[in-house]
Amino acid sequence: MKMLMAVSGALFVFYVLVHMYGNLKIFAGVEAFNEYAEHLRTLFTPFLPDGGFLWLFRVVLIAALVVHAWAAFYLWSRARGARTTRYVAKAAARATLKSTMMRWGGVAILLFLVWHLLQFTIVKFNVGSLQAEGNPGLLVISTFQVWWVVLLYLLALVALGLHLYHGVWSATQTLGWAGSAAARRRAKTLGLIIALVTSVGFALPPLAILFGLVKGI
Amino acid sequence: MPSSPTTGLVHGLYAEGAPIRDTKAPTGPIDRRWNTRKFEASLVNPANRRKLSVIIVGTGLAGGAAAATLGEAGYQVKSFCYQDSPRRAHSIAAQGGINAAKNYKEDGDSVYRLFYDTVKGGDYRSRESNVYRLAEVSTNIIDQCVAQGVPFAREYGGLLDNRSFGGVQVSRTFYARGQTGQQLLIGAYQALERQVAAGTVEMFTRHEMLEIVVVDGKARGIIARDLVTGEIETHLADAVVLASGGYGNVFYLSTNAVGSNVTATWRAHRKGAHFANPCYTQIHPTCIPVAGEHQSKLTLMSESLRNDGRIWVPKNAADCEKDPRLIPEEDRDYYLERIYPSFGNLVPRDIASRQAKNVCDEGRGVGPKVGDFRRGVYLDFTDALKRMSADAVAEKYGNLLDMYQRITGENPYEVPMRIYPAVHYTMGGLWVDYDLQSTIPGLFVTGEANFSDHGANRLGASALMQGLADGYFVLPHTIRDYLAKGPFDKLDESHEAVAEARASVDARVQKLLTINGDRSVDSFHKELGSIMWEYCGMERSEEGLLKAIDLIRGLRDEFWRNVKVLGAGDTLNQSLEKAGRVADFLELSELMCIDALHRRESCGGHFRAESQTEDGEALRHDDEFAYVAAWEWGGQDGAPVLHKEDLVYEFVELKQRSYK
Amino acid sequence: MNFTLKIWRQAGSTTKGEMVTYPVADISEDMSFLEMLDVLNEQLNARGEEPIAFDSDCREGICGMCGLMISGKAHGPEVTTTCQLHMRSFSDGDEITVEPWRADAFPVIKDLVVDRSSLDRIIQAGGFISANTGSAPEAHSVPVPKAKADRSFMAAACIGCGACVAACPNASGMLFMGAKITHLGELPQGQPERDARVVSMVNQHDDEGFGGCTNIGECSSACPKEIPLDVINQLNRDLRGALMRGE
Repeated sequence: MKMLMAVSGALFVFYVLVHMYGNLKIFAGVEAFNEYAEHLRTLFTPFLPDGGFLWLFRVVLIAALVVHAWAAFYLWSRARGARTTRYVAKAAARATLKSTMMRWGGVAILLFLVWHLLQFTIVKFNVGSLQAEGNPGLLVISTFQVWWVVLLYLLALVALGLHLYHGVWSATQTLGWAGSAAARRRAKTLGLIIALVTSVGFALPPLAILFGLVKGI
Repeated sequence: MPSSPTTGLVHGLYAEGAPIRDTKAPTGPIDRRWNTRKFEASLVNPANRRKLSVIIVGTGLAGGAAAATLGEAGYQVKSFCYQDSPRRAHSIAAQGGINAAKNYKEDGDSVYRLFYDTVKGGDYRSRESNVYRLAEVSTNIIDQCVAQGVPFAREYGGLLDNRSFGGVQVSRTFYARGQTGQQLLIGAYQALERQVAAGTVEMFTRHEMLEIVVVDGKARGIIARDLVTGEIETHLADAVVLASGGYGNVFYLSTNAVGSNVTATWRAHRKGAHFANPCYTQIHPTCIPVAGEHQSKLTLMSESLRNDGRIWVPKNAADCEKDPRLIPEEDRDYYLERIYPSFGNLVPRDIASRQAKNVCDEGRGVGPKVGDFRRGVYLDFTDALKRMSADAVAEKYGNLLDMYQRITGENPYEVPMRIYPAVHYTMGGLWVDYDLQSTIPGLFVTGEANFSDHGANRLGASALMQGLADGYFVLPHTIRDYLAKGPFDKLDESHEAVAEARASVDARVQKLLTINGDRSVDSFHKELGSIMWEYCGMERSEEGLLKAIDLIRGLRDEFWRNVKVLGAGDTLNQSLEKAGRVADFLELSELMCIDALHRRESCGGHFRAESQTEDGEALRHDDEFAYVAAWEWGGQDGAPVLHKEDLVYEFVELKQRSYK
Repeated sequence: MNFTLKIWRQAGSTTKGEMVTYPVADISEDMSFLEMLDVLNEQLNARGEEPIAFDSDCREGICGMCGLMISGKAHGPEVTTTCQLHMRSFSDGDEITVEPWRADAFPVIKDLVVDRSSLDRIIQAGGFISANTGSAPEAHSVPVPKAKADRSFMAAACIGCGACVAACPNASGMLFMGAKITHLGELPQGQPERDARVVSMVNQHDDEGFGGCTNIGECSSACPKEIPLDVINQLNRDLRGALMRGE
């Protein structure tokens, strides 16, 4: 169960890194971003139909999401079942925000994901002021000119960072790759690096847009 | 029924009966006796083994190893312990190591030398046949434990490391840092749990044996209390093994676990098993001193500390309260180095202990006053820290020094440690023959619970050896000779003797719960302990022992009138458990004093003030006392009956030891 | 020293428990935590109240029988067992809560006493090397590299007290189990049963109702023998290998 958790989690780590790379294209301009979006759609055509790769990718991600969430729920319910009488007083020796918030952080990220997909993939509603019909790049810019959207994203990124930090180290441990104090330190450092790179990487475009460094037109 | 004594009462306290003899040990060359016995012992057909049942009380090295081995052999085993898991038995606390005559160091060791050292170390009060067998199977123990995954210390080449221990001149001690007992016990525990999983052993944790069932003169079962539900249960079998450990807790304060008790062996004694040499008690010199009235147990530190630490007290009693670092060299009395110039701080355990008591009795003890005296002497690492580096000291003794600091709150790298002797091991126990069978047929006794191998004094790293030798390699062979005569008549719980044993346990529990007096069980236990420590401890005298017997009788009488045990019998009731144990200690203690009184010599752990050399050393009287004193229960109001088993030395010459 | 103790009292496994407040006075700082409870029990006994049930045996930190949740920490504020915790680790006037280990795999028997036989059953499932008495080869016939022997010993230092389970937010027994897997798995003698051992022990662990590990690390911090998280990694690694080999 935990291995499914680790493997599906690892897929997401890979995915968010790719996703972040894509987002950074916005710095190269709306055109580049749109090309990239289009490129994703037409990748491996004509071997796959138009949008085929994207759908394949989505199916894998959705499967991983289901597995990850289901495993999380299973572990959570087992942990609840394993201690039905709670302590009156419980002090943590070293549990930190990142490890104890895995569950609530995960739920938060899931909720954010729904919002995020509605906003950019499914409904594509625009809370900003720019006309962005059929132009993903402009839609992004329009959206992030709204301060509360940026704040929402930043909060989600903090949750994501913490989740990744503990998640990466946890996955190495679960897969049995952290067999010594040194390996454990390396795994934690790797987790920290991935967490920082991702959250900073994702945070740059919205912030840049908000402060007007990247303009649509 | 007690046999008829051949003498009248001696001192008004005991009578003497017919001599007793071990009829099972073969004669002939000592190195062939065990093989002969194994060959002559009847075999049990594997198909018949599952029809034969054995009850084993205690899950330490001796009991756990025996249960696992008999389970593997295919017998039906029921194993009992009072703890919540068999892994908690007090064998776990042994630190130093386990001896075996492997001669891996090629330093002149051999089975014969281990045998010789053990007989000599026991001050010539043990049986040659038994001790030789112990030395002989010692090598098998190491093989067995390694195969089970016991992580002994190893050298860089991957082979096992050895050290010399307890002043022995060869390196024959195998160890796993300071946790050898733990590792060996975990090995036996895992072997036992494997048999539990295989269905050959049924495990009863949190069960305490309160009576033995003897039917037609044979041991056929036990009455036990389920400590959780309080239910009194009857368990019947073809044979019973007691591996319930020693009785050091009769002193209240000892290095034993707080739950260690004499009940199993004492109940068997009352049903006809002779109790041998109860006065032989080992007192370990390097324990952490008592800090106050609240103290519940004493903690031992490995005596290896004496290799580099120097023991001293102030020359003047006036200095005893001073910071020891401020006492100048010329005002310190390194008394062991002064009295024993050649052995110095490395004199045997009993001498080091007794001298510590002497200087404290003179009023030169250090540390907090407990009662009227300060009971502690300094064990000083200052010189060692100067000679070696602090790192080197930490490397060698770090875990011990840390333990000291944790318990006392003092830093031994800066302030000299304080130590004082404490009761550590009891060499006495139920009398057994070469087959480890007691005077009740079908009742076998192994490990510290029997008396067999250590004589009047046990050498370091030999307790683990004996426990495992008995459990893995001796008992499984000797008990089959007995079981081959079975299965015995099927017994029903309604049998008169069974019902009577059970009723007596019920009655006793009810009695304890209804006395409803004023004093707690612990207060009785503490008082008994201080009587025993004062009069039957490191130094015993006729006057003191007679006084102790009087005091014990008075205390026992008061106990049965005035003890206060709250709570009910049908639930977990720790006061009730303790009450039953203390009640038995109150009887055993009297027998210990009588045994100490009758043995008017000093030998090993038994020092009689009346029997010492001009220099104050222990003086044996081989002409009069070269025997095992096996005591028969004389009935509730009767006097115990002494049966002597003469000790014959064919191979080892008796010598008086000297450490000057 | 004086303390206010809030102690869990529960008459039996099926009755409801509650915290009861007991003041204790004139406690010496040299007392161990359990000796302090002994003093309280003597006072309760004298007042005619039933003493508080708690487990302990060796009282020198090795048997693993004692174990209390003291102000929210397994075995209290120091890295040691409850019996080796001394009152000097507290400040005069402290309020101290005392609870039993809480996990559904450790049902409460009475007051502070719990049933840890689930740990024994995990060992029964495979925490051993099958070597019948008398069948062993000469001890020196199989050398063990010192580094492996030392690592095995490190893991074998586990005393089975259950503090790891008590401290774990998930009530998982992975540190206990990992210690045994590592102890036996590092030795050549432990190899033949290595795959079967880990699968069987993990199944038993899950059946007993312990929670799963989410790598938080509370277990190792609470462990009086300082068993590192490595052993859980080792367990996971062995489990992955065993499952891949089709065990």
